[in-house]
Amino acid sequence: MYLGRVIGSVVATIKIAHLADHRLLMVDRLDLDGKVTGAYDIAVDVVQAGPGDTVLVLDEGNGARQILGLDPGAVRTVIVGIVDEVTLAGDRG
Amino acid sequence: MRLGRVIGTVVATRRSTGLEGVKLLVVQPLDEDRRPTGRPEIAADATAQAGPGELVFMVASREAAQALPDLFAPVDLAITGLVDDVHVVAAARRGPPTAAWRREE
Repeated sequence: MYLGRVIGSVVATIKIAHLADHRLLMVDRLDLDGKVTGAYDIAVDVVQAGPGDTVLVLDEGNGARQILGLDPGAVRTVIVGIVDEVTLAGDRG
Repeated sequence: MRLGRVIGTVVATRRSTGLEGVKLLVVQPLDEDRRPTGRPEIAADATAQAGPGELVFMVASREAAQALPDLFAPVDLAITGLVDDVHVVAAARRGPPTAAWRREE
């Protein structure tokens, strides 16, 4: 999983059936300072996230299929949470 | 999934088991501003409707085969949708995170 920021959305009429009825959001990976890095994914959203939101992103197929109730399911990336707070240890472990 | 632009087609007559009937396209991966990034790759077209010039999104790795009729097809990249529109909210990329961001001393 990683922390990301929702920066936009993708609209697609023609897509595989696994993605029907799902919102697709563009999410940019955050660094440890909470800044966007330019590395991005197009993710399925199940928590009603919106632009600007700090989110928790799952990037693994089995978990994605399970949460979306798909089998088979060609989905790997799902926004699974909206993050309220991040606390980092000063010495970074 | 990531964005890509279809830039060509591939014909391969002799194929391994599981790759029969799979449409193969050459795709240039794009960054979030739709600029080319990285090397072109070959993707299986799970929509069956993509063609050169098309803006698409693709799923990579093991999940690519899940988009095809044969779940064990030997592919690592599949086109799963044709993009109508990408809305990037410029303001959402700037500024501090919405989450409280703390660093312990």
